[in-house]
Amino acid sequence: MTLVLEAAVLGVLTGGVYALMASGLTLIFGVMRIINVGHGALVVLGAYLSFAVWRSLHIDPFVTLLLTMPAMFGLGVVLEMVFIRPLKSDRDALSVLVTYALALGIEGVLGYFFTTNYVQLHAWYDTASFPVGGFRVTYVYLIGFLLCLLILGALFFILYRTTFGASIRATMLNRTAAQLIGVDVDRVSAVAFGIGMATAAAGGVVFGITNAFNPGSHYDLISRLLTIIVLGGLGSLRGAIIAALVMLVSEDITSVVISPVWASFVFFVILVVVLLVRPQGLYGVRVRDRI
Amino acid sequence: MTPQQMKLARWLGLAGLFVLALLVPIIAPDPATTNIAVFTMMYVGLATAWNIMGGYTGYVSLGHAGFFGFGSYALGLMLAHLGVKAGYGPFLFVPIAGLLTAVLALGIGWFALRTRAATFVIVTIAFMFMLQLLAENLVGLTGGGGGLSFPVPTWGGDFFNTPFYYAMLALASIGLLVSWVIRHSKFGLGLLAIRDDEDKALAVGVPTRAFKLTAFVISACLVGMIGGVYGYYVTYIYPQFVVDPLIGISMVLMVFLGGLGTISGPVLGALILEPAQLWLAYNYGASRLYLVLYAAVFLVVILLMPRGILPSVSELISRRRTSAGPPATAAARTVPR
Repeated sequence: MTLVLEAAVLGVLTGGVYALMASGLTLIFGVMRIINVGHGALVVLGAYLSFAVWRSLHIDPFVTLLLTMPAMFGLGVVLEMVFIRPLKSDRDALSVLVTYALALGIEGVLGYFFTTNYVQLHAWYDTASFPVGGFRVTYVYLIGFLLCLLILGALFFILYRTTFGASIRATMLNRTAAQLIGVDVDRVSAVAFGIGMATAAAGGVVFGITNAFNPGSHYDLISRLLTIIVLGGLGSLRGAIIAALVMLVSEDITSVVISPVWASFVFFVILVVVLLVRPQGLYGVRVRDRI
Repeated sequence: MTPQQMKLARWLGLAGLFVLALLVPIIAPDPATTNIAVFTMMYVGLATAWNIMGGYTGYVSLGHAGFFGFGSYALGLMLAHLGVKAGYGPFLFVPIAGLLTAVLALGIGWFALRTRAATFVIVTIAFMFMLQLLAENLVGLTGGGGGLSFPVPTWGGDFFNTPFYYAMLALASIGLLVSWVIRHSKFGLGLLAIRDDEDKALAVGVPTRAFKLTAFVISACLVGMIGGVYGYYVTYIYPQFVVDPLIGISMVLMVFLGGLGTISGPVLGALILEPAQLWLAYNYGASRLYLVLYAAVFLVVILLMPRGILPSVSELISRRRTSAGPPATAAARTVPR
């Protein structure tokens, strides 16, 4: 029983990271109606950027975010303007191809500079732990979870308490209508992509300190992130957060109760069952012809 | 030229191309070239098969690598359990592998086609990873990460690639024939209607669900058969190698390059991209730059020609024709006498 409880707690803590990464992805979908298959590669890119800064400046991995998040935000704005904006027709399919190409390119560049050997970020607290009830929790999971909560909080603040957030939400609801009332949807799209990449940078640090990673790690990440946002309902932040928690908790419990190799399979089964009942996902809005 | 003559010229051209394809192993018998020919013909088949679903109905599946891998495993396991000897025998089991893939696709499609557009894309990706995971975890059946060996063909030397080339050519030709028949049938019209506006298609009486599912199953069946031949060709497979997202996305890119929803577009796309991909892998495969270059090819193709070569070129020709033909009415009217 303690084991299951421990798995559930760990699932919630690591679920926070996936919630952060998935909310960036679902935000990008919501605003631009594109599937960013390169999101996993962006997370890995963020992890490598932090790794490079951490190795050369010898500062705490989490502090590197002060440098990497603005850098990734800027890169995101540029990527959106150069690669996503020119896509006019068939956005569903073409955006998948373009972002997949970006993922391959990032994987290739990272492999060129950092080789394909596995690396990991380290800090003094990544093995230290504290007792909770009958088991111990490693500090790094708790710190990562708190960081993710902080950034998710900031994201919700921007979206629901600022004027710019209102124009983002307006664009998500109806792009044409937003344009008609004077929202500069192109600018909103670029900034939303930048925000998505900045959250990927933050997710990357937590991912890189809790996992060993290499340039090819993005395949595993993106398959999880995509299933999370579909389960939550495309474009829904709340859905993404809940689905991330469901995924990680169910995975961790499966690994202790059945076997680690079946962990991600259980999530796929949950996805199938949910989509049978609600094809639009947990919090998705059923738009005719769209979803 | 009269329309009859043009039709005749087109058929003669097609027959000439087919004869040329038949002669490839005789014209260039060295193994390096025939190896490229096998892979190119494989992608001609894959892109054509994908186009039947993705091009005609507009439902983009990124999970076709799952059917490819499933067909591969289906053939490999049949050969192992039935004790089929190496030689030409295994080719006879390829249609059965295709049939099994079709049954799988019926199940997956029945479920996946409840969703549309972006959700459908992601659900197909999820199913692909699910199949990969199953191939890895069902160690007792598939051998798991240890992989699965096929019987090694009895022939060798320069001739080794040739039977596989003809097998791929046969499957690609069947695919093209099926694609042609569908495009010229009422069923094909229904599929195109679904692509243009599914709700209206349903309203005017197209049985959209049955049509989509049929196209999905046909497409997957062809891909599964090609996967089977591929497995026998490489003689050793493991989950990440045959259920490879890169295979799934390559066929999609080829269709987009050639022309989505056209019959010959996927062929053109495969003929251009696959040799280019092999060339890049051969020359830059040692460094990770190969991936960067391939990504660059991808981006150039999509950003410069989002509609594909064939539609762009045919639009250009028809525009040229109208401006070069008898004095255009609009121009004639504006010029004062």
